[in-house]
Amino acid sequence: MIKETRLTLQNIGKINPESIDDYIAAGGYEGLKKALAMEPFSIIDEMLEAGLRGRGGAGFSTGMKQKFTSKSCQDCPQRYVVVNADEGEPGTFKDRVIMEQDPHIYLEGTIIAAYSIRATKAYIYLRGEYTDSITRTRKAIADAYEKGFLGKNILDSGFDCDVEIRLGAGSYLCGEELTMLESLEGKRGNPRIKPPFPAEKGVFGAPTLVNNVETLANVPLIIKNGKEWYRKFGTERSPGTKIFTVSGQVSKPGYYEVELGITLRQLIDDLCGGMLDGKSFKAALLGGAAGTFVDASMLDERMTYDNLKEKGATLGSGAVIVMAEEDSIYEVLHSCLRFFKHESCGKCVPCRVGTTLMVKDLEKLKNGVKDKEALVQKLVKDSKMIASTSLCPLGQSPILPMESAARYFTQELIV
Amino acid sequence: MNPQEIISKHKPTQDNLLNILHDLQNNNPENYITTDAMDLVARYLNMTKSSVYGVVDYYSMLSLKPRGRYIIRICVSPVCHIKKAGGIISHLENTLGIKTSETTPDKLFTLEVAECLGQCQEAPSMMINEKVYNNLTEARIEGIIAQHK
Ligand SMILES: Cc1cc2nc3c(=O)[nH]c(=O)nc-3n(C[C@H](O)[C@H](O)[C@H](O)COP(=O)(O)O)c2cc1C
Ligand code: SF4
Ligand code: FES
Repeated sequence: MIKETRLTLQNIGKINPESIDDYIAAGGYEGLKKALAMEPFSIIDEMLEAGLRGRGGAGFSTGMKQKFTSKSCQDCPQRYVVVNADEGEPGTFKDRVIMEQDPHIYLEGTIIAAYSIRATKAYIYLRGEYTDSITRTRKAIADAYEKGFLGKNILDSGFDCDVEIRLGAGSYLCGEELTMLESLEGKRGNPRIKPPFPAEKGVFGAPTLVNNVETLANVPLIIKNGKEWYRKFGTERSPGTKIFTVSGQVSKPGYYEVELGITLRQLIDDLCGGMLDGKSFKAALLGGAAGTFVDASMLDERMTYDNLKEKGATLGSGAVIVMAEEDSIYEVLHSCLRFFKHESCGKCVPCRVGTTLMVKDLEKLKNGVKDKEALVQKLVKDSKMIASTSLCPLGQSPILPMESAARYFTQELIV
Repeated sequence: MNPQEIISKHKPTQDNLLNILHDLQNNNPENYITTDAMDLVARYLNMTKSSVYGVVDYYSMLSLKPRGRYIIRICVSPVCHIKKAGGIISHLENTLGIKTSETTPDKLFTLEVAECLGQCQEAPSMMINEKVYNNLTEARIEGIIAQHK
C-alpha cells in the first residue's frame, strides 16, 4: 500500500491558512531565514543539486532557470519573479489547494527565489476566478509585510523585496509564461516569440524568473532541510513529490501528494479507493487537455517525467482524469479539441482555422462518414501540421490528446 | 463609488490595467465596463482608448455589454463534460428561459459557459459571481436559482 508523502501539503488541515503565527509555529519562514544567511549563488547551487523540476507542466530544472535569470543582463537595473498562479489546465487544481489552505508556503518560496536572483520585486499572476486564493494570498502578503518578511531590509539582511498580485481575466493562454508577461504588462494575451526566454527578456524587458505555485512551495523546504533530504524522495532524475489531482471515475477524487515514481494503479487503488462503484478502468487523460490518453497497459508504468515521456505520455501539471468502460473517448477528446478551439487567440492561421476544423472533422465520426479510420488518421496528420506551423505552444497542444487517443482507441473511435 | 474613485485607488501604471478593470466591473451592477469608464482608464494610464477596448474585448471574464446582476458560469471542460454538465446546462436554460450567453429579461441572470474552474474533484461545477457550486444535479438547480431572486 502506497501512502501520501505530504511535503508541500504538510500544513494542510493543520493550520489556519489566515494565521501567519500558525505557519511560523509549524516551522514556516525558517527557510527564508536560512536563505538570507546564505549567498544567493549558493541557494541556486542547492536548488540545482536538489534537482527540483518545474511543477507547472514542462518539468524544467528550477535551479537552472534561477541560474540563467541571475546571470543574464548584468547591468539591467531590475530583475523580477513572476509567480504563475493562473492554474487553468482542465483537471488541475493543486495550486488552488496550496493558495487557499497554506498561502505562506508559496509566498516564502517566492521571497527566497527573489533573493536567489537578486530580484526586489515579484508579481503573483493569479487566476481571476480563484476568489478564495486571491483573498488568502492578499492576507498572507499583508501579514508577511507586518512581520518583516517583506518590504525593506527583510529581517535585517539588507535585502528588499515587494510582492504584488495581478489578476488574470479568464484566458487559458495567459498561463503560458510569455503570454502571461504580455498580460501582466496590461496588454491583450497575445504570445511572444521564443527566444528571448523570460530569463533574458521578461516582464518590462527585464530578466524574469517565472515559476509555478507548487514549484515555489517546494523551495523553502529544500532550503530548510537541504538537498540530501529532498533527494530521499522520488527518483534520481525526478526527485521529490508531486501533487496529482485525480478526477473522474474513482471512489475518492481529490488531491494527493506522492513521491514521483509511483504508478497509476497505485494512485487509483491505494489512494483514490479504487474505481467508483467497482467500474472497470478504461483510460486516463494525464496532464489535462494538453495531455495524453493512456489505456490499461500503462497502469504499472512509473510516473516520472522521463519514463512517461519515453512511453509517449505526459506528466504535465499532474492532472489525472480517470475514465471507466462506460465513458466515451470520443466525448472527452471532443471536449479537449473544443477547448483548444475556444482558447486559441486567433493570431496565427494554422491554430485558429486548424482547431476549428479539427472539431468539425471529429464530429464527422458521428455523422456517418464512410472511412472513419482514414478520418482519424487525417486528424492526427492535421494536428501534426498545426503543431509544426503554429506560433506558440497552444498550437502544439492538440496533437497530444489527438495522437494518443488514436494510438490507444482508434477501434472505439471508428465504431 | 464612482468609476473615477475606483480607478484612483490603483497606481497609474499599465500593469494595473486588469486589476482596475476587474474592480470597475465588480462595482457595476450590470457587470460590464462602460465606454465612459474605459475612457477614464485610458486617460489615467496614458493608453489609447483602442488598446483599453482591445483588452476588455480579449478577456472572457470582462464584458463590453451590460449583463445580469448574477453571472452564472458553468464549466464545460472534460471532467464536467463526462459528469453530465450538458444536462445541467439544458436545465439551467429551461429554468431561466434563456440560452447560453443571454440575459434574463429581468436583468437578474446571464448564463455563460466557462472552461475548467479548478473544482474537478466535485464536478460538475459552476460559479455564480464569486461563489462556487459543486456536485451539481438537475434537482438542485431550481433551489440555487431561487436563492438569488
Ligand atoms: C497554453 C499553456 C498554458 C499553461 N498554463 C499554465 C498554468 O496555468 N500554470 C502554470 O504554472 N504553468 C502553465 N503553463 C506552463 C508555463 O508556460 C511555464 O512552463 C511555467 O510557468 C514554468 O514554471 P515552472 O518551471 O515552475 O513549472 C502553461 C503553458 C502553456 C503552453
Ligand atoms: S498558436 Fe494559437 S494561441 Fe498560439 S499564437 Fe497562434 S493562434 Fe494564438
Ligand atoms: S473540468 Fe469542470 S471544474 Fe475542472
